[in-house]
Amino acid sequence: MKRGEHTTDRVGIVVVSHSHEVAKGTIDMVRQMVGNEIPMAFSGGNPAGGLGTDVASILAAIEKAWSPKGVAILVDLGGAESNSEMAIEMLPEDRRDKVVVCNAPIVEGAVMAATEAAGGGTLQAVRATAEELSPR
Amino acid sequence: MAHELTRRLIDAAVTAIRDHADELTGLDQAIGDGDHGINMKRGFDAIADAPELKTLPLGDALQKAGMTLVMKVGGASGPLFGSLLMAMGKAVPGDPTQGEQVQAMLAEGIAAVKKRGKSDAGEKTMLDVLVPVGETLAGELSRHASAKETLAGLCRAADAALERTRPMKASKGRASFLGDRSIGHLDPGARSSQLLIHAVCDAVAESLPA
Repeated sequence: MKRGEHTTDRVGIVVVSHSHEVAKGTIDMVRQMVGNEIPMAFSGGNPAGGLGTDVASILAAIEKAWSPKGVAILVDLGGAESNSEMAIEMLPEDRRDKVVVCNAPIVEGAVMAATEAAGGGTLQAVRATAEELSPR
Repeated sequence: MAHELTRRLIDAAVTAIRDHADELTGLDQAIGDGDHGINMKRGFDAIADAPELKTLPLGDALQKAGMTLVMKVGGASGPLFGSLLMAMGKAVPGDPTQGEQVQAMLAEGIAAVKKRGKSDAGEKTMLDVLVPVGETLAGELSRHASAKETLAGLCRAADAALERTRPMKASKGRASFLGDRSIGHLDPGARSSQLLIHAVCDAVAESLPA
């Protein structure tokens, strides 16, 4: 495997923010802290290019970060969560169960989830690691 | 060829949202992230720009219009209003001809919004208008009210329900971050819902035989 390429036997990570810069910056931070071994993608901003979220763009990000082991999504505010859930429902049936939205803070959650994914963790383990950061 | 009922309802809904976009944004600036009117207008403009919708029976048009809102709105209201319309259209894919069918459509739509928003009435959201309107429709049907009376009753129920969101404290959505400061403001999603209910009832009333 060439340096810098990700393997597909690792859970993928998608970051969804209302802001393009927040989504991109979070993934940049994950790359710097965790490395490039896992498939990653982000979606930020509404279909008009302003603040918001975009189901079509979230679907494209899931496709880009797709792994047979699944994809964990980290979201910021309400619309990011419900639009990510809509995107999951629009996936082909055999992929729907392999994509989850984590209830975790977006930046810390993405770093923790990516760390677990890079270590070869299952989708359930990746989600649980990210969600440990959330208040109960 | 245009489908008459669908065309009337789409025109009425699009006009209602376009005419009140600034007001909706103003309400959202008080307790939300200030883009509700802009987002709803983007979604309903996209519905207006899809003339093929007007050639479909109402249920099919609702499903497609709902998907358009999901893809174009770009805020939390996209999946919420989108899920409402999609579930309503799925309940009766053709044209509803009886009040009971409309009631079933609305019930499915409300259930979809509850599921999508993980919410229920009482949390200062669009559900605080939709749920009482659904109950009013059930009541009017069970007492065999005339179509005209029923439509007027639904509008009154929506108006009263909207006003009841003012003293509520938000526990869902962006407004919930404000806690007590959300009290004293109308909920923008509830206002959109009330506007759409008026638009739909007025359009149906106009199509009734005199």
